Amino acid sequence: MEKIFARSKGLTDVAFSFCPGCTHGTIMRLIAEVLEELEIIEDTIGISPVGCAGFCQNFFSCDFIGAPHGRAQAVGIGVKRALPDRTVFTYQGDGDIAAIGTQHAIHAAARGEKITSIMVNNAIYGMTGGQMAPTTIEGMKTSTSPYGRDNILDGAPMDFPKVIANLEGAVYVASVSVDSPKNIKKAKEAIKKAFKVQQAGLGFALVSVLSTCPTNWGMTPVDSLNWLRENMMPIYEMGELKVTEEVEAL
Amino acid sequence: MEKVLMKGNEIIGEAAIRSGCKLFFGYPITPSTEVVEYLSKHLPPKGGTVLQAEDEIGAINMCYGAACTGSRVLTASSSPGVSLKQEGISYSAAVELPMVIVNVNRCGPGLGGLGPAQSDYFQSVKGGGHGDYRLIVLAPSTAQELYDFTMQGFDLADQYRNPVLILTDGFLGQTMEPVVLKERPEPPKVDRSWVVDGAKGREKRILASYSLTNEIGEDNNLRWEKKYKNIQEKEQQWEEFHTEDAEYLLVSYGTTGRICKSTVLNARKKGIKLGLIRPITLWPYPEKAFIPYKDKVKGIVTVELNTGQMIEDVKLAVECKMPVHLYRRQGGMLPNEHEILDYVEDIFSLTAVEEV
Repeated sequence: MEKIFARSKGLTDVAFSFCPGCTHGTIMRLIAEVLEELEIIEDTIGISPVGCAGFCQNFFSCDFIGAPHGRAQAVGIGVKRALPDRTVFTYQGDGDIAAIGTQHAIHAAARGEKITSIMVNNAIYGMTGGQMAPTTIEGMKTSTSPYGRDNILDGAPMDFPKVIANLEGAVYVASVSVDSPKNIKKAKEAIKKAFKVQQAGLGFALVSVLSTCPTNWGMTPVDSLNWLRENMMPIYEMGELKVTEEVEAL
Repeated sequence: MEKVLMKGNEIIGEAAIRSGCKLFFGYPITPSTEVVEYLSKHLPPKGGTVLQAEDEIGAINMCYGAACTGSRVLTASSSPGVSLKQEGISYSAAVELPMVIVNVNRCGPGLGGLGPAQSDYFQSVKGGGHGDYRLIVLAPSTAQELYDFTMQGFDLADQYRNPVLILTDGFLGQTMEPVVLKERPEPPKVDRSWVVDGAKGREKRILASYSLTNEIGEDNNLRWEKKYKNIQEKEQQWEEFHTEDAEYLLVSYGTTGRICKSTVLNARKKGIKLGLIRPITLWPYPEKAFIPYKDKVKGIVTVELNTGQMIEDVKLAVECKMPVHLYRRQGGMLPNEHEILDYVEDIFSLTAVEEV
């Protein structure tokens, strides 16, 4: 019988350890497919963060470095500056890239560092049990905002890709979602473009992917996807936020 | 061999270039800034990269990434900046990455001042960051040693797969002295089978320090402990000065170690049998240096630029078999050779000794 669907070569045979309904696995699969299709698995060094996203170091079949919380881009830049002909990508949660590691993200973009960053935004700190993140939306209850995020007290949630898109060295910035087959397809296209940008040496590329955390949101997988659509997608600007002419020409 | 007159901080940069270091990540801070300035001018023309990072945290993590590829990498900073680097240093020690870190110690705590200090001794030799790790710490006391120890630092880092710290101060960093630009020694043959540079034709590799299994965690700690014990056994370095017949010993490193030599010579002129042990490796602490003198010497004075930090290691090294006193200056002040001798004479009641 003909095999029409298999594990991507970009993934190892280690089983995903994510909770049911978590979309980390979908996002990792998309990245793995892109690495395989661009034939860069053996040339790629991935940088993993902490938390659930940190497990990605076991799932991808390329070399990996585990970074301190928030430092993935600084670590990736060290690798890229040492080995400019390799592909370097960071896989980071929203708290990692938009809270504790903000300075590295801003300056990676400002310097136009030739690395690719994937930001996975589930509006919460997942592994530590669901605390408020810079991306937690107004009124959302978390273990550190038990009465709901108060925008007066905590500030409004940060649309981080828009911050990055303002910087000249960021040549491709996209915000995508993996809530539906249609959006998964769009997400993969954005991720692929973000890697091609690096191959062409054009500058810094960021793809933010809206993601679910059913366990800490206290919802079923299906309800989580609906909640993401109804509550996150209206707040975070979706689509390609920045595509420079050079990237357009790719 | 070429002999040049250079500023201490620049010598570190030149030694790094001649050691085959192609990557520097740093952030300017007085009194270490000449290291990054010198390398910014001289490393790129030789095919290297100097990147001024957004902050010290970025710089040390860039070093972490670069070191994962097996490349020789350097960063340099001063006390508050080195505090910011501690998380990254802990991670680098855990992943066992060779790199050289320079701390041009300025006085503190807090923002402090720019004068020479040894206030970061504890931070340097007892871990500094979180977790249970050690850095190899070298303490130069002359321009030539800044050059030699920087070169040696890269080799030790490679040999033991461990970060090496060069602990210097603003006095050494800012002083111009002649230096012989020695050839790079034959680099140690090192295993590179751990390097992360793309899994071409081999199994993928992961360099990380995460372990949620306590049993694996303990195995890791035991492995690091074994390496640290091996370094303690093999790499203790120190200089002795008029120690053979010494009745009293000064113990001091770096800038004050140098000043103490004058104190010893002055004491000898007065008939006081004073000697000096000058630790070169601060970790591993040169405990072996004290063995011949444990039952022989009447007393010890450590001379430090802090409230008394190294004195704890001296007391352990001599098993508290004799009085160990502290003479210290702080806040960027240096002692002169005379005030150290006055203290020695006073504390050991040696004022009655006749001049020869």
